[in-house]
Amino acid sequence: MAVRVSTSDFDISAEMARLTNADTGVGGVALFVGKVRDHKDGEALTELVLEHYPGMTEAELERIEAEAQRRFDLSASLVVHRVGSLKPGDNIVLVIACASHRQNAFAAAEFLMDYLKTRAPFWKKEVLASGESHWVDARESDDEAAAAWQTAKR
Amino acid sequence: MTAVHDQTVVLRYFAWLREKTGLNEERLALPAEIVTVGDLLNWQPTRGHPFDLAFAKPEAIRVALDHAHAKPGAAIAGAREIAFFPPVTGG
Repeated sequence: MAVRVSTSDFDISAEMARLTNADTGVGGVALFVGKVRDHKDGEALTELVLEHYPGMTEAELERIEAEAQRRFDLSASLVVHRVGSLKPGDNIVLVIACASHRQNAFAAAEFLMDYLKTRAPFWKKEVLASGESHWVDARESDDEAAAAWQTAKR
Repeated sequence: MTAVHDQTVVLRYFAWLREKTGLNEERLALPAEIVTVGDLLNWQPTRGHPFDLAFAKPEAIRVALDHAHAKPGAAIAGAREIAFFPPVTGG
């Protein structure tokens, strides 16, 4: 179980090996990578700036991860989120969920992302090719996705 | 111990609230009549420029007490660090 905030990129293979090498009881690993798109509403995007709240970010990610562990009986998990200036194609976030069986691994990865997107204190600012920049608005669909877990069976 | 009503706290601002207030953080003593997060959100725009603009829509602003999300009805008593920010957009 680990969370990390970093300005530098992550090595997906190395992170996955670190989680699974020590535990041969793991039967399924689900992995999600969020990346910077090169466009926004048809306009070219040149930069994505990620701000966060040091201290609260780690605390909130740990709370989210503990909840995923409780719900899905994970053997191991990892959340890495980048901050600072990112370019199109760059990785933003990595979530890895390891469980005995695939259903829990898949569900946990989705749960971690849905909660991260609505609770972890990160904010994105988009810089467009025109030079214009703006803070990204939160999406109602993200709130709905996170809320759906509260009425889920487990 | 005597009753102490000093509510000296650190207020922190993120994303567009940081830009609109021009502040990363400030330390100040809150008026004693501010009891809840909602009171605080309604008090901010009364401080004059630039807080009137930054807090023009208090319902669009989220608050954390000592690194934990807090709803408008939450009491701020005992909090040392109070953060203001827009709805989060990570991931």
